[in-house]
Amino acid sequence: MIPLLLIIPLVFALFSVLLPRAPIKLIALPGLVLQLIASLALSVQIYRHGASDYQLGGWETPLGITLHANGFTVTLLTLTAFIAIVCAVYALVYLQRYRHEQRYFWPLFWFLLASLNGIWLSGDLFNLYVGLELLTFSAVGMVALTGSKPSLRAAIRYLYAALLGSLGFLAGVGLLYGQYGTLAIQDIAEISNAAAPTQVAIALMTIGLLLKTAIFPLHFWLPPAHGGALAPVSALLSALVVKASFYILALLWLDLAPEAVAPAAAQLLGALGAGAIVWGSWCAFRQSDLKMLVAYSTVAQLGYLMFLFPLSIGTSAVAAELAWQGTVLHLLAHAFAKAAMFLSVGTLVLALGHQSIKDLAGVSHRVPLALFAFGLSAVSLMGLPPSGGFNAKWLLLQSALLSGQWWWFVIILIGGLMTAAYVFRVFRVSFVEEARHQFAPTHWLLDVCALTLAAAAILLGFVSQWPLQLMQLVPGGSG
Amino acid sequence: MNELLPVAVIGTSLLAAIVIFLLPDAQQRVRSTLNIGAALVKIALVAWMTIGIYQQELFETRFTILPGIDFVLRADSLSMLFAGLSSLLWLFTTLYAIGYLEGSPHRSRFFGFFSLCVASTMGISLAGNLFTFLIFFEMLTLSTYPLVVHRGTEASLRAGRTYLRYTLTGGAVLLLGVALLYGYAGPAVGEFAETGTLREVAGLDTSVLIAIFAVLILGVGVKAAFVPFHGWLPVAMVAPAPVSALLHAVAVVKAGAFGIIRIVYNVYGIEFSAQLGVLLPLAVLAAVTIIWGSLQALRQVELKKRLAFSTVSQVSYIALGVALFGPIGSIGGLVHLLHQGIMKVTLFFAAGNYAETLGIHRIDELDGVGKRMPGTSLAFTVGALGMIGLPPTAGFISKWYLGIGALEAGMAWALGVLVLSSALNAAYFLPILYRLWFKPVRGAWPDEKILAGRFETDPWLLLPTLATMVFTIAAGLLAAHAWSPLSWAILVSVREYLP
Repeated sequence: MIPLLLIIPLVFALFSVLLPRAPIKLIALPGLVLQLIASLALSVQIYRHGASDYQLGGWETPLGITLHANGFTVTLLTLTAFIAIVCAVYALVYLQRYRHEQRYFWPLFWFLLASLNGIWLSGDLFNLYVGLELLTFSAVGMVALTGSKPSLRAAIRYLYAALLGSLGFLAGVGLLYGQYGTLAIQDIAEISNAAAPTQVAIALMTIGLLLKTAIFPLHFWLPPAHGGALAPVSALLSALVVKASFYILALLWLDLAPEAVAPAAAQLLGALGAGAIVWGSWCAFRQSDLKMLVAYSTVAQLGYLMFLFPLSIGTSAVAAELAWQGTVLHLLAHAFAKAAMFLSVGTLVLALGHQSIKDLAGVSHRVPLALFAFGLSAVSLMGLPPSGGFNAKWLLLQSALLSGQWWWFVIILIGGLMTAAYVFRVFRVSFVEEARHQFAPTHWLLDVCALTLAAAAILLGFVSQWPLQLMQLVPGGSG
Repeated sequence: MNELLPVAVIGTSLLAAIVIFLLPDAQQRVRSTLNIGAALVKIALVAWMTIGIYQQELFETRFTILPGIDFVLRADSLSMLFAGLSSLLWLFTTLYAIGYLEGSPHRSRFFGFFSLCVASTMGISLAGNLFTFLIFFEMLTLSTYPLVVHRGTEASLRAGRTYLRYTLTGGAVLLLGVALLYGYAGPAVGEFAETGTLREVAGLDTSVLIAIFAVLILGVGVKAAFVPFHGWLPVAMVAPAPVSALLHAVAVVKAGAFGIIRIVYNVYGIEFSAQLGVLLPLAVLAAVTIIWGSLQALRQVELKKRLAFSTVSQVSYIALGVALFGPIGSIGGLVHLLHQGIMKVTLFFAAGNYAETLGIHRIDELDGVGKRMPGTSLAFTVGALGMIGLPPTAGFISKWYLGIGALEAGMAWALGVLVLSSALNAAYFLPILYRLWFKPVRGAWPDEKILAGRFETDPWLLLPTLATMVFTIAAGLLAAHAWSPLSWAILVSVREYLP
């Protein structure tokens, strides 16, 4: 089952390159359904039999490639497959007016999925590096899709930042290989020490990954890239792509070399997260452009993920467990909510013909479902109940309390209020009655897609126990 | 079946909300039928559960959402007190809102959020632990915002912003309190139980518990409009009249007051709270709010603003009753939860009728309205006399029990507060009554929208007003009846004290 999750997207990527004239629907949808089924089947298998490894081509570890699936991995695989299928349905409708872009979108889309699945399944640093590179190239390609000047500029900026990040990561990988003679994470974890070369390697890789995850103050490339891309692309980038580099960061700090990282360094990462929350929210509040507001909101929300490090390094096992659960839940909730938000904003922009916040008047009447999806996703982002975002916030708060780190507690509460401040700017204008412009009709499927994801973010508030139980089968990265 | 009933009570409104959202604005008949139908079904379900509770049946829905933390809906005698009030008044507010709003734009949106708001209120009343309470408490904030800004004017958007600033900050403080309590004493103490849960947990530091109590009360106190956190309530008066009725009588401030009751009775426990010494500060806070609200009400020239400050004052009677240690004081506080709702809803309906029929917003425009609109004015009079606390209205029963409770608790000063506040109530309501009935008409009405026909105004507006007026008198006259609010409050109160 495991290799299928790489084979399916790669095969369909080939299909969409080789058969540019074939009807897109016939290729994309079956592939996505297959991928979803495969990841669900793998989840069931992991649930029944526990974590499993797969040797690609039958070669043993030092030589061959090992794919590793555990409870956390299958959660991420299923998340990816689910968000991908919804975004794809949206894209099928949305991209009808972009004939030229459509031809490049689908191959890039499949490569993106293949690299994401590869990253979730990889057990060694080199494969992670390859996955990360593939991911970067397909993501940059998708940002540049329209070929307009601003989007090309954003794409180039993104590319430079990502390549710089890769450089740091690769340097760290080299150092680690020189020291331990292997790149398999499990092998290094068994023999890793806290010597200087390991620490330098971890530091280099961390900086590279922070750059790729767009953690404050290295977030400069994200708003133009995510805010300028086409709606389904923005949704995929904010929901999934930035999470991949965060996932690797968490692996490094918590699994690979837990002894090599000092609690003080973890506090520094937490401080960066706090900076991201405050600065990102403030910038979101200042935006006049709707899509840029949502993009800055991503900068802010990524900050919460950084609290994993101070809350789980140098704290009690219970606090670390809570922090880990809270972070995973936040990752899931943000993926659903932010994808829903980008999709709903895409529909709003389509209906309005512009993306200026102050001219949203009349939206609540003319495009109510898109605004409603925006609202539901905002509930989760604000961390208000009932939603996955609230449960995540609750777990992080409990972890902060338990480990006596009240300062993160305060930041989390303030972050929620700042989020409310910027999302309610949108609602405030939407309730103004007199509309000054025409509204273009939009396809109902667009609303269905956004609502599905938004509803998932809310429902996660009631079924948070499921992913958490699945994860507990193998205590994935818990410190 | 009993596990599903609490979900069904919330589900009826939730389902109604979803269907109404999807209806086009023009589908008036379908929407109204659905609204009224859902309200009736809900009353039936609540009545069913109330009878069950009386016979000691258990209605509980429970599932785990986070490790160690359950989502619990459970009906107990206290929740039926609030659920009964909300479901009954929802019916009348819905009828009134249909008369008030049909014909204006965005009705589907309005009634959709209206139903969501009631679903959250039901959730608040049925929540079986603090965590679940918090969920619905915040959901209420979110579902009332679109109602406050419904008119989309500059003033209502400003009001909406003020409303959010207060309630979201209050919500964050409540979250802080709940997280602190769960983190400090474990999730088990959050389960609402008669006579409280905290006293059974050993080894807790009392000063920490007092601090957490303060944070929790502060969190719910914003919605309960405690001075100085009452600023949102008068500003939110720009909303349509049925929304004001909802905010003041059925849902929002009541959710705050109900939260105080839950925290004091079912988490800390009344006896344990008395031991901790937190009841006196709460009583003082309530007393200050009662006097301050009444003084502010005196200064208002707009009718709805005066009513708003009157709410600030009257809701704190509930908190005062809770803070009086002793069953009699508790009865006074609990029964006022119901009585204030019935009386205030009558007053707001009447104020809405004046505005909708004759365009009257200011108190000095009310001269001689009693002759033009006798039914509405009669209802207003009964509501006002109830607020002052004259027999045989519901307000008299509340104040009687509160007064005796104050003496029983050894807080004679609270009786003084009650007397002073009643005098102030009289000072701001009696001049209105004088204007209504005894002053001559001053000429043309400000903006006569509905001409007098068979009724003085639209029957959809008049009949709910008269119905709640009848309830105001009935709750007072029939207080000794087995199913009166008073009897139910006695039932609840007796169970909260240790034998």
